[in-house]
Amino acid sequence: MSTTKEKSWSPRIVAFLCNWCTYTGADLAGVSRLKSSPSVRVIRTMCSGRVDPTFVLKAFKLGADGVMIGGCHIGDCHYSEGNFKTLRRVEMLKILLDQYGIDPRRLRLEWISASEGDKYAHTTLDFEQQLRELGPLQLTE
Amino acid sequence: MITVNIDGKDIQVAEETTIVKAAESAGIWIPTMCYSELFEPYGICRLCSVEIIRGKRTRIVTACNYPLRENGLKIRTNSPVIQEIRKVLIELMLSRWPNVPVVKNMAASLGVIEPRFVSLERDEAEDACILCGMCVNICRDVVKANILGFANRGIKREVVLPYEKMNSECIVCGACAYVCPTGHIKIKSLDYERGAVADWYLGPKTAINIPTLQAVPRVPKIDEESCIKTQTGGCGICSTYCEPEAINYEDKDEEVEIEVGQILLTTGFQLIDLKQMPQYGYGRLDNVYSSLEFEHMLNSTGPTGGLVKCKDGSEPRAVGIIHCIGSRDENYHKYCSRVCCMYALKFAHLVKDRTKAEVYQFYIDMRAFGKGYEEFYKRLLDEGVNMIRGKVAEIAEVHSGSEGKPYLLVKCEDTLIGKFREIALDMVILCPAIEPQFDAADVKKIFSISQSPDKFFLERHPKLDPISTMTDGVFIAGCAQGPKDIPDSVAQASAAAARMLSLISLGEVALDPVKAEVVDEYCSGCRICNNLCPYGAISFVDDKKISNINEMLCKGCGTCVAACPASAITGKGFTDMQILSEIEGLLSI
Repeated sequence: MSTTKEKSWSPRIVAFLCNWCTYTGADLAGVSRLKSSPSVRVIRTMCSGRVDPTFVLKAFKLGADGVMIGGCHIGDCHYSEGNFKTLRRVEMLKILLDQYGIDPRRLRLEWISASEGDKYAHTTLDFEQQLRELGPLQLTE
Repeated sequence: MITVNIDGKDIQVAEETTIVKAAESAGIWIPTMCYSELFEPYGICRLCSVEIIRGKRTRIVTACNYPLRENGLKIRTNSPVIQEIRKVLIELMLSRWPNVPVVKNMAASLGVIEPRFVSLERDEAEDACILCGMCVNICRDVVKANILGFANRGIKREVVLPYEKMNSECIVCGACAYVCPTGHIKIKSLDYERGAVADWYLGPKTAINIPTLQAVPRVPKIDEESCIKTQTGGCGICSTYCEPEAINYEDKDEEVEIEVGQILLTTGFQLIDLKQMPQYGYGRLDNVYSSLEFEHMLNSTGPTGGLVKCKDGSEPRAVGIIHCIGSRDENYHKYCSRVCCMYALKFAHLVKDRTKAEVYQFYIDMRAFGKGYEEFYKRLLDEGVNMIRGKVAEIAEVHSGSEGKPYLLVKCEDTLIGKFREIALDMVILCPAIEPQFDAADVKKIFSISQSPDKFFLERHPKLDPISTMTDGVFIAGCAQGPKDIPDSVAQASAAAARMLSLISLGEVALDPVKAEVVDEYCSGCRICNNLCPYGAISFVDDKKISNINEMLCKGCGTCVAACPASAITGKGFTDMQILSEIEGLLSI
């Protein structure tokens, strides 16, 4: 991973978005021509509950500066309760990331419904800004 | 059947028939004052006295409650003796209640003009209580509320409520007032809140009614809250008159479970509550109407027969129509309700057509967006409707000193001339915002669909799929999806129906291939996944000591795939390999 000059550096964000809410919300943000962060690279999963903690660790290992998981609001999950499991896993992951020396703020869990295109847009922009302040992720072997 | 002889005529009647009924069937009139077919004969007025002759004996009985049981009975209804008895009776009544119309008429028909007696209890009122007891009887026998009764004796006798006070046992059915021959009993409306229009809008006043003439299906329904039968078990008059015996009091609301493959949600809209905007005076000022109330007034089957009238019955001199009440308003709803501009123009056209009133439109922007709409707007401008571009700040009632009739002063800004204006009107019509039904959030939960930020149901795609939702087999149409006019609702509903029919004619549904699967060799039987599945698709196979997924129940969310410590569960379409490769691919650039 080559670190280029500080000015041209922009964080790389991997976002796991649930098919029913956040992915649709991201789509809405695009359809509505809202400016969202260009640093986000989206991976669609059927449910935020599908996001295996391994995926998050793998993403950090391969050079992601931040990982975002987007799901339906609590109580609105298309699969009834998948997002409850996500909530538990993310809490666990944050402890784990801290132990690996990765700032837990680099992992974000957001509830964004299909109608919240604007929330998707400003959340991603805010996350990008936060990662710029944290700087590139430096992992040692 | 038995044969009796009334005034020389032989008549065949069924046993137990009363003399009054037998005489009526023979066309012979017997005067009555306290008799009605609705309840048991009371026999208090005695005016129906007749002679019955058995051999040589003659007896005087009351015809209303004397049942005929023997063959060959002779009855005389108008003999000199009977005439004398009736005269004395009606003279006594007339001396006490000289001005009551039913008493005066009866006296006249019996040949009495001036009574010979002087009553100590003389009551000059035209609507005096004549103690006929019909109210007491109907309350006891028909309504079965049994609340009215007689109190005291002799000349102090009177009809009273318990403790002479209104009490909750009275269901205010009005039967006593209906049956009262003198109009002594009056029903006062306790909740006379908004005068004429509130009354009109409530529609028919009977407990069994057809809600509107346009009702589909057009059959009467029983309003349980006001039906006497449901409250006391009495009455039931409608069923005695219904020849096909179609009335069923036992019918109740019930929950029926029906298995269906597809559902179309067309739950519609409600209008914003205008009382939360007190500056417009809705519910407080006379002649401030909501558009729906005004529509009801315009209806030819409505309360005024389609005439535009103020509450006092006069024709308005000037009518104002105010757009965007709660729509396009940061305080209430940001969206445009879409239908108001055009119905407001229609109102203006009809007011012009039916009255000589000046019409004012107070609008923010005129949105004549549909086919033929702009042309209609242009036509209205030619008809001389006053268009004022600006929001109304306040409506106040002003009492002018000399004329007496108050008028409504509308204070507004006219943004086209840049001035503040005050306009005097007789009638104001508010165009309230269309908003989602109050229980839209509950419906959303039931069908696991979404609501857009304005709380209308969210479509799968705003442009490419405006009729289906994120839940397969659940479709939406009409104002449940967003405010729209009739042509748009018809188009959307037709599209949804066609989509559903195409699935039905196909006969089978293509399922998403996204399913989870257990690789038996890797499964250690740890059972972590067993409790994770919200659909109960995962079961433990005891003899193999591994978990198994029922493909028919699995919805493919992948929660179990992520949880499996042995990676023994794979999610088709979203396998670990696929997602890890995606991550690699995304981060390689």
